[in-house]
Amino acid sequence: MKSTFGRLILAAGVTAGFSLLAGAASARDLTVVGWGGAAQAAQSKAMFEPFVKDTGTKLVQDSWNGGIGVLRTKAQGESTWDVVQVEADELVLGCEEGIYAQLDWGKLGNKDQYLPGMANECGVGTFVWSTALAYDKSKLGENGPKSWADFFDTQKFPGKRSLRRGPRQALEFALLADGVAPGDIYKQLATKEGVDRAFKKLDTIKKDIVWWEAGSQPVQLLQSGEVVMTSVYNGRIFAANNADKTNFAIAWPAGFIYQVDSWVILANSPNKDQAEEFLKFIQTPARQQEVANALAYGPTLKDSTGQIAPDVLPYLPTAPGVIEHGLAFDTPFWVDNIEALNERFNAWAAQ
Amino acid sequence: METVTASETRDLRASLRRAERRRTLRGLGLALPLILFTLVFFVLPIAGMLVKAVQNGPMPDILPETSALLQQWRTGEERTVPDEAVFAAFAGELRAAAQNRTLPELATRLNFENAGYRSLLMATARRLPEAPDGTWRDTLAGLNPQWGEVAIWAALGRASPRLTDGYLLAALDHRRDDNDHIQATDPSRAVYVASLTRTLEISAVVTLICLVLAYPLAYRLATLPESTANLMMILVLLPFWTSLLVRTASWLVILQREGPLNQALQWLGLIDQPLQLVFNRPGVIIAMTHVLLPFMVLPIYSVMKGIPPNYMRAATSLGAPFFTAFRRVYFPLSLPGVTAGCLLVFILAIGYYITPLLIGGANDQMVSALIAFLTLQTLNWGLAAALGTVLLVITIILYFIYTRVVGTDGVKLG
Repeated sequence: MKSTFGRLILAAGVTAGFSLLAGAASARDLTVVGWGGAAQAAQSKAMFEPFVKDTGTKLVQDSWNGGIGVLRTKAQGESTWDVVQVEADELVLGCEEGIYAQLDWGKLGNKDQYLPGMANECGVGTFVWSTALAYDKSKLGENGPKSWADFFDTQKFPGKRSLRRGPRQALEFALLADGVAPGDIYKQLATKEGVDRAFKKLDTIKKDIVWWEAGSQPVQLLQSGEVVMTSVYNGRIFAANNADKTNFAIAWPAGFIYQVDSWVILANSPNKDQAEEFLKFIQTPARQQEVANALAYGPTLKDSTGQIAPDVLPYLPTAPGVIEHGLAFDTPFWVDNIEALNERFNAWAAQ
Repeated sequence: METVTASETRDLRASLRRAERRRTLRGLGLALPLILFTLVFFVLPIAGMLVKAVQNGPMPDILPETSALLQQWRTGEERTVPDEAVFAAFAGELRAAAQNRTLPELATRLNFENAGYRSLLMATARRLPEAPDGTWRDTLAGLNPQWGEVAIWAALGRASPRLTDGYLLAALDHRRDDNDHIQATDPSRAVYVASLTRTLEISAVVTLICLVLAYPLAYRLATLPESTANLMMILVLLPFWTSLLVRTASWLVILQREGPLNQALQWLGLIDQPLQLVFNRPGVIIAMTHVLLPFMVLPIYSVMKGIPPNYMRAATSLGAPFFTAFRRVYFPLSLPGVTAGCLLVFILAIGYYITPLLIGGANDQMVSALIAFLTLQTLNWGLAAALGTVLLVITIILYFIYTRVVGTDGVKLG
């Protein structure tokens, strides 16, 4: 019995050794990593497949769930990923840490084609998603909320309302409701008085707030009538109205917070040339529009909204006349302050 | 009678010892996978957590001279900004750290001390001149006036030694102030003790409710005929086969304002307004009780199954009324199951976080939710480990008190 066990171990070891050798010997195909789900399916159809078809380059897809810790691990040792879609905070941190390759904008095309802040030294913005104010039009009709002040007005709109649990996208909206100009929100939040002011505003509707955790929750809360209005990711409202024939509306003029997801090339990628070729290929208005039509996440290139389907436009944060109401999520601010403000939020919640 | 020579005795002993050794080795060999598994996946991670809770971080490696100088910084009195030697060492090492890309790691660590330190450090490194303009002290303060303040140096000082009590203090809502004195955290940010108490409180309530629900059920199961008992057992076990997330989501649907439960209660005329059963404490307790109930039923049931029915019959035939017989005979015999069940449910409940996260309100979060936040979002693994350590210590203390009161075999109470 003992010898059988020994042989098994040996066999396993030899197999593992061979597969390692095989992995090291063959040049790795370009590996592109997205966030999986509907988003990656749409990107695959609009961007990845045409790239493989037109250039003949082999492409392997993988997906992940975010976290700078994961990228730190990937940056050490042998690389297994080349191009990765990252959120704004991972872009800032990873760029500082040198995890990503510096982009050669000469090869990628004109930086000026991008909306402000969506192209930088490490990342190419690929789509814009947002957290906005939404309500059920079949219940409120044309008299829905018009501003974040309405969100905080329980006289005018009785019932519960819902925000994402935690300080992010709660403090900003509280200050907007309290009359702070969008441009001053993060200046205010950087001071103790500004934070106090935001929590004081939240105090006024504390018992009427349902805090959501997962992105699917606010839609469910609206659907079940648990809340009368909510903050929500715009793509979720688009998906719900399409799939469940709901009649939810987004109050864009109330103000919303948008964030950009970007493509980065890992610094230790052996396929850097291919990766740059890939990014240049996929980042065109037409391909971004196709993704936008499937997800209602906004293109990052200027003049990309022309071909967006009319039934998608009402859900698009970068649509003309909409983006002007948007507030860019201040990633460096939140990377610095999230822990302290999260403690403050939890202490406030426990009062 | 045979005579046995001394050498034969020795041989016999030796071969006996050999046989014993072989048996021990074989036994060890069989247990080896489990021992290795426990070591790799249980002992090492916990040891790692305990170490992480007191490990200070990368500062002594990244800024060695600065951290050595700052450790000699005087304590015990009102501190003033350190002298020029510290500023000069810091400026030199800061530039080196920026060049070899170790600075972000340090920036993340220092941001745990003072929010905003990360940006301050990165911006200072970017704009740091080659040589000082006058003194380094004036140069740094010129880049950002914060470098002229004690607070920023005190934070650097706290990050200087290899070991720290800072994380454990933070987990208990205390911190070292700028003069290195231990002080209570400002109430507006003190959340960890409250969260630990809340975790223990919710777990205790859930355990108690589980016990009250499970004991009669297990008793019924143990006394029913085999076929009926099996059917009921399947009903008890059914939740085990459903994913935790699905069960949590179904409770969300059942308990919500316009959900089936509220509608039924309104239809029956018991209430006029829908009850708020979800996004608050009762919702969390209902859902957790449901999820954890089988862990209480099973141990109690298996112990009760082993109690011979004759004992109760004997007690009754000796004239004891049913309840006396139950209280004096059956209940003490079933206690080992109760002990095991309570322990199991309580310990599982302490680590819960998905259910409270989805069903609870803002004030129903368990400590594991905070640990997950610190681990995944801010990478403050020191504080996360410290919270884990405090939770572990509290659990061990409670376990010892519990076994003292109830007894390890559960019969001492009777």
